[in-house]
Amino acid sequence: MNSTHYSPLIFELSRPGRKGYSLPASPWGDAFSVDGLPQTLKRTAPLSLLPEADELTVARHYTNMSNNNFGVDTGFYPLGSCTMKYNPKINEELAALPAFTELHPAQDDDCSQGSLRLYDELQKALSEIGGMSRFTLNPYAGAHGELTGLMLIRAYHLDRGDTKRTKILIPDTAHGTNPASAAVCGLQVVEVKSTPQGTVDLDSLSELLGDDVAGMMMTNPNTLGLFETQIPAISKMVHACGGLMYYDGANLNPCLGVCRPGDMGFDVMHINLHKTFSTPHGGGGPGAGPVGVRAGLECYLPNPQVEFDAATGLYRQVFNPKGLGQITPHLGNFAILIRAYAYILSLGSEGMAEAGTMAVLNANYIRERLKDFYDLPIDDVPCKHEFVFDGLREEYGGAHHDASHIRTLEVAKRLLDFGFHAPTIYFPLLYHEAMMIEPTETESLETLDRFIEVMKQIAKEAHDTPELLHTAPHTTPVRLPDDVKAVKDAKFTYTPPQPQ
Amino acid sequence: MKYIPHTTEDIRQMLAVIGVDKVEDLYAEVPEELKLKQPLGIPSAQSEIEVRRIVGEMAAQNKVLVPFAGAGSYDHYTPSLIPYITSRSEFSTSYTPYQAEISQGTLAYIFEYQTMMARLTGMDISNASMYDGATATAEAMLMMVAASKRRKKVLVSSTLLPEVRQVVQTYAHYHGVEVHVIGHQDGVTDRAEITAALSGGDVAGVIVAQPNRFGIVEDLTGLADEVHAAGALLAVNAVASTLAVLRSPGEWGADIACGDAQSLGLPLNFGGPYIGYMCVKKALVRKMPGRLVGETTDADGRRCFVLTMQAREQHIRREKATSNICTAQGIMCLWVAIYLSLMGPEGLKEVNDQSYAAAHSLHDALVNTGLFAEAFPGKPFVNEFTLRFLGEEGVPALRQRMAKAGFLAGVVTEGEPDCITFAATERRTPDEVQRFLRLIQQ
Repeated sequence: MNSTHYSPLIFELSRPGRKGYSLPASPWGDAFSVDGLPQTLKRTAPLSLLPEADELTVARHYTNMSNNNFGVDTGFYPLGSCTMKYNPKINEELAALPAFTELHPAQDDDCSQGSLRLYDELQKALSEIGGMSRFTLNPYAGAHGELTGLMLIRAYHLDRGDTKRTKILIPDTAHGTNPASAAVCGLQVVEVKSTPQGTVDLDSLSELLGDDVAGMMMTNPNTLGLFETQIPAISKMVHACGGLMYYDGANLNPCLGVCRPGDMGFDVMHINLHKTFSTPHGGGGPGAGPVGVRAGLECYLPNPQVEFDAATGLYRQVFNPKGLGQITPHLGNFAILIRAYAYILSLGSEGMAEAGTMAVLNANYIRERLKDFYDLPIDDVPCKHEFVFDGLREEYGGAHHDASHIRTLEVAKRLLDFGFHAPTIYFPLLYHEAMMIEPTETESLETLDRFIEVMKQIAKEAHDTPELLHTAPHTTPVRLPDDVKAVKDAKFTYTPPQPQ
Repeated sequence: MKYIPHTTEDIRQMLAVIGVDKVEDLYAEVPEELKLKQPLGIPSAQSEIEVRRIVGEMAAQNKVLVPFAGAGSYDHYTPSLIPYITSRSEFSTSYTPYQAEISQGTLAYIFEYQTMMARLTGMDISNASMYDGATATAEAMLMMVAASKRRKKVLVSSTLLPEVRQVVQTYAHYHGVEVHVIGHQDGVTDRAEITAALSGGDVAGVIVAQPNRFGIVEDLTGLADEVHAAGALLAVNAVASTLAVLRSPGEWGADIACGDAQSLGLPLNFGGPYIGYMCVKKALVRKMPGRLVGETTDADGRRCFVLTMQAREQHIRREKATSNICTAQGIMCLWVAIYLSLMGPEGLKEVNDQSYAAAHSLHDALVNTGLFAEAFPGKPFVNEFTLRFLGEEGVPALRQRMAKAGFLAGVVTEGEPDCITFAATERRTPDEVQRFLRLIQQ
């Protein structure tokens, strides 16, 4: 990334008559033309507002635009709960093999055996990693997986004729998608309080349990990066009242090869392949959110499912009548599944465990070295893959209530000046100045050390030259965009300047 | 180990700083009974050479057929520039653009995408993508119900693709929406049935398809007025590419345009990733699911872009959000933006013109064999059409025989087991059509 802002939009580079494509001369003769469609069905609105540009102009435009952007390949990306690990390039290359990309989803199974086999192999590997019996790989993203998992929980209860379970328990530290997914699924959200130590309050939980509870959604480690050590007891309590336990896989990375949601008592879980399994985030997708279930719940997984038919030796797509329904037309974001499968092959059993533990080592190392500068509310147990600071320590301008107060937002913006992405900020909602740092396992000690030195320097600046933080960032392509204006004078599309 | 840089010495040094002896100590609080006692039962680490071999062998087990089929997945040509640009890691390895200062690349291409989709669909505002056409349609249904406040019924035409209706039904079932499926007359949505259903005064919205699952372009004249008069909203699920030549949802008076934009140069990819689009009239923007990018200025007065109207979204509103959607199809917006930039209005028209000619040539040639009859005679179509197979071998045997010969002979039409819905794009050649015909007649 460079600090020079490349600013044109493709519409401004458009010139009438320019062409960026080539098609063969139509080999179909003059017998048929789309102009032959009935007049009432034809478009009359002009298309002329779409750009007209030559290929080099387009190539340069988007290449220059990419220089305004920051990715994992650009620099350290300690964005908490997002697991911004390195995205291996061989995975990209394999996903681009024509025998995968040119496969039409309506092809009969006999002709798609390789893809169906990959689906099944990945399904099995994820089941082993998660301690589950079976996975569907169809959900398109983490939130889509949550929705699928919650539908599955409802399908399970309804199948037993139990129609009164309309409540879902969700800790106050949960990701925002948890309550939102529950609402889309028609469930009523009941918030479970955390203890001052940041884990689920068992007393608060027990008061909420009853025969109207469909289940409980949790992530473990939780969003403070703390392992919920009471998880076996929590699972037992929820199971005892007839509910199911749902595991939000956003924080699965530190568990890899060390412990498994299935063994913690979870019945249903999702995995974000774009977090734990290294598929690129793509500036907000496409990802994949496979959903796994323990033994006994497989029949509720969404359709289509992939099964191996031992009699014929072929993989088949099947539609289970008991399944919760279809949440995708086909087998999900298949090209993402290929990448995740290649990643699992590359790491293997031993690499998987090392990824989890090294992610935890990196997080604890940063936490230890910065806790004298930033406020660490909970420090009596090691964190897992991430941890949360509650802003700067008081001596560096945090927790002040006057003009000398330095906010987490300002620290985050100042970090950008040093070539680092900011941590996740103002989440979880437990703290006013939350700053959630997740380094992942793929970062070297030198990178961590440099980040630590910069974070210390920012703390010192907060004390010595606070103005530097109030006005940060200084070196980015643009500075301090006006969010209020974006809402007040809302513009969601380009409009050409009016001729004078 | 692959992708992990630490040496033994690095690890020793870091553990010393933390003040523990070994890495396992960092998991000291994890209950012992939860810890795995043996390695995961997955294969051990493979080198790049081996990974390439294993996955390559799987790819080789696929048999890619020449598709004379669409059904939501269209084999349009992808210009070479697109994968080159979209694989630039500045784009592909970035997260959702929360930090606007260092995400102007992502934000700018989404803004371009939003502009292009709004123009193509004839609507005011596009969001920054949904997962796919089916989930976009399901979200349109939820949105219509939310906008109506008290109404819980949505009319869904039976001429939407079966997979799309399935996904809509699933969302509706768990959210508590009543889906009333509208039948079809001669392959076209039964308007009389819509009129009857609207008279109850309890319908939140109506969803129709364009072109529909038989390939037919439906005449939606007067529909929007009728739906609006009943206090309901109209959503049109349209195949994005065809909007270059067909009357757009905006021109039909729709409140919501939703569907799949895979037809704008995205590879077939066995069904995904595709990209769902959702465009609305201005009045509905606060009910819209998904990310929205807006234009603003920075501290130096320069034009820039930010994620905006986030008060609708899950990370702010939690259970009161308009949707649970978070990660959607990010980089596929870039894919579409580059495609439309290269093709321009002329290219997009030409793609449709050639697809139209290919499909109509195929249609007439198939009917001329005497083995097929029009399922819905005389109905207008662009690049997809439905024929009844008259041959004795039956549809499944025919499709299998053609697959052996390397062709995907359409898709079996839902509810019409002796019918096939075929499609053709600008990638098909007269030679392919001739071979296809010869094989069919054997």
